[in-house]
Amino acid sequence: MRDDHVWWMPPNGALHGVAIDRLMWWNLVALSALFVLAHIFLFAAMIRQKKSASQIADFSWKREAIPLAALTLVYAWMAISAQRLWATIRYQGAAPNALQVEVTGMQFQWYFRYPGQDAAFGLTRPELINAPAGNPLGVDRTDPRSADDIVSSILVLPAGREVDLGIQAVDVIHGFFIPGMRLKQNAVPGMQMHIHFTPSVAGDYPILCSQVCGTGHARMQSHLHVVSESEYQAWLASHEPHQTPGAAR
Amino acid sequence: MSLRLQTEHLQRKWLFTTDHRAIGIAYLLLSLVAVAVGTVLSIFMRIHLIAPDLKLPFWGVVPPEGYLALVTMHGTLMVFFVLTTAPVNGFASLILPAQIGARRMALPLLNALSLWLTLISFGVLLAAFFVRGGAPISGWTNYPPLSAIAAAGPGQAAGMDLWLVSIGIFCLASVLSAINLLTTIISKRCEGMTLMRMPLTVWAWLVTAVLILFAFSILLAAVVLLLSDRHLATSFFVPPGEVIDGLLVAPQANGSPMLWLHLFWFFGHPEVYIAVLPAMGLTSSLLANFTRRPVFGYRFMVATTLAIGFFGLLVWGHHMFVSGMNPYAGTAFALTTMAIAVPSSASVLGWLLMLLRGRDSRVHPLPTAMLFTLGFLSFFIAGGLTGPILAQPVLDAYLHNTYFVVAHFHLIMAMAGMFSLFAAVYYWFPLMTGRLMNERLGKWHFWLSLIGAYATFFPMHFAGLAGQPRHYAQLTGSTSTLGSLLPLQTGITHSALFLATAQLLFLVNLVWSARHGRVAGVNPWQATTMEWALIDSDCKVVRGPYEYRFHTNLPDFILQCADEAEQE
Repeated sequence: MRDDHVWWMPPNGALHGVAIDRLMWWNLVALSALFVLAHIFLFAAMIRQKKSASQIADFSWKREAIPLAALTLVYAWMAISAQRLWATIRYQGAAPNALQVEVTGMQFQWYFRYPGQDAAFGLTRPELINAPAGNPLGVDRTDPRSADDIVSSILVLPAGREVDLGIQAVDVIHGFFIPGMRLKQNAVPGMQMHIHFTPSVAGDYPILCSQVCGTGHARMQSHLHVVSESEYQAWLASHEPHQTPGAAR
Repeated sequence: MSLRLQTEHLQRKWLFTTDHRAIGIAYLLLSLVAVAVGTVLSIFMRIHLIAPDLKLPFWGVVPPEGYLALVTMHGTLMVFFVLTTAPVNGFASLILPAQIGARRMALPLLNALSLWLTLISFGVLLAAFFVRGGAPISGWTNYPPLSAIAAAGPGQAAGMDLWLVSIGIFCLASVLSAINLLTTIISKRCEGMTLMRMPLTVWAWLVTAVLILFAFSILLAAVVLLLSDRHLATSFFVPPGEVIDGLLVAPQANGSPMLWLHLFWFFGHPEVYIAVLPAMGLTSSLLANFTRRPVFGYRFMVATTLAIGFFGLLVWGHHMFVSGMNPYAGTAFALTTMAIAVPSSASVLGWLLMLLRGRDSRVHPLPTAMLFTLGFLSFFIAGGLTGPILAQPVLDAYLHNTYFVVAHFHLIMAMAGMFSLFAAVYYWFPLMTGRLMNERLGKWHFWLSLIGAYATFFPMHFAGLAGQPRHYAQLTGSTSTLGSLLPLQTGITHSALFLATAQLLFLVNLVWSARHGRVAGVNPWQATTMEWALIDSDCKVVRGPYEYRFHTNLPDFILQCADEAEQE
């Protein structure tokens, strides 16, 4: 087992995932070792030595203080290393030139909206939501910025480019989870959360819902396709809604 | 009065009794029913997961919402009516007054009221299965808006209302019971029972009672606010622009679901310590008893209990790293959570050292109660060690709400908690029936349960690392990755069936031993704490709680209330 691939975990396809996997690996190794060590100690302490009661010595505090100090150091290392990585990934927003995609969760479907050529999302209004009429997000078609918005039920991203996801929900709390991108963020109605990352390896990655959201929770799944820049441009071009405004896909 | 006479006395005054022992036993019987129902629900879940088309008794073919109702009710029953009711209300009512030399609880009528409220709460909860739409489907945490709007799913109408009413009543009962425990510990200790002479179980119940006051008061408030959102058109938890099934449901709403998450987890995390602190106190006491040596570092164990209680109130945000909480807050909660690992590790080290020190003086062969205490220790280590991983937001952001978390809390809370409860039942059974439980059956029960529990919950770590989310009624879907976990989940289901079946040995043992078990006599475990003393006059405590082989020229153990004259 190498420290760049953790047993059972799906292959990582994100830039930040490499450091997370390494941290996960070291944590699992350290804590598994402690688990085994504690149980060896537990079994050893069960072996009787047939000493008489008077020979049994009492302990000094060193017996407890030294291992406790060592464990405290382990926990401190975990806290510090994890917080440094957390700060790198989450404390700052995306770069200004990051690709913008809006992610919307609703029972029991993920929708992804791309802003199109103008790099701006059109207004959405909850009263306009009408999935049977092809407007699941309630995009206001009278807003000129919405004319070139692309709405998709799968997420297509170019490899090697930072993406800034604006994650939201219209009905209940959903969990936006891409195991292969080492990414999870709840989609909460009434607020938009921004998560940024860079997919690095082309491929197909499952998107799951990780927060129980109702009857269809288990089937609220989608796909992330990480493709080359040229394939991405071709996909965008083929989905531009220029002919039929009001009938987004 | 002999134990047998007391037992008959109990039977005569069973209903509307204010006797603390009868109330304690009633709480424990309630927990026994709840744990049986909760286990059956979990078995239904496990079977549905690997054989979705199988017809289950009472249910038929379980629909996806049926699976989620099973999850919700399983969690609620186990957390509230087993892991809170049994170790705190049940055993504290039964044991606590005698351990501090009191004849009764400070407020016996209130104690009875708490019991009846808890019973009503249990009935209301179970009624949720039988109303239109069935039981709620939003998990035991019931995040709004799913729990706030009846149209959000089947079970979210009448079923959800019943859940909220049930838990509201439960909160009230728990707060009243905690007030009673606190008052009893503060005002009813007998002469000489100073704080530093209290058994560690009493310290644990003291800290637990304080935690209950904080945690359940907040949950009660949250439940009232959610009921108000559902029926009085308020919007504490319903956000602006809330749309359900394509319909704008609350045009005027301006609340936030995040408020519920904070309120719920402010309750939810202390709740974990409410369940496990009494178990920790019991472990210290039983290790002292069975190794025939005092607790190692009594004052230190008191300090860790207090530290865990204090930090337990400051860590709730670690359930919310990916919820939309500010990432800086994530850092703060991660650090407090990592801090609580230190007193927890200190307790474990203390217990391991007690075992090492007592390996020659200990009782041989090990009684069943000691085996279950060792089982508690093993699960506490196994489940505790995954805590520091989940306390790191950057790793939790992958593992949150996966089976890894299910493995973590089923080891540290469910299995450690249950094994400690089993230890308590095997140990204190003579105080309930005057008889000892059967050791042969007990040992079979222990070993089969230990194997079954590890075989059930340990593999869940792997499903979690593979990214399988909780609450999934099926392993199919548009993505193919989850289907590959079916063999693993099939193995887990078989282990769970094995584990549940092994519990029949416990039921048989309970029934058989209550009638035919060996008569225990006075103080069968040669213990030092006063629940085993026959106190006929006002007692006076002159020594600490764990005087096992404490004085070289005196007997092996000395009861806390033994005469001073015996000393030196």
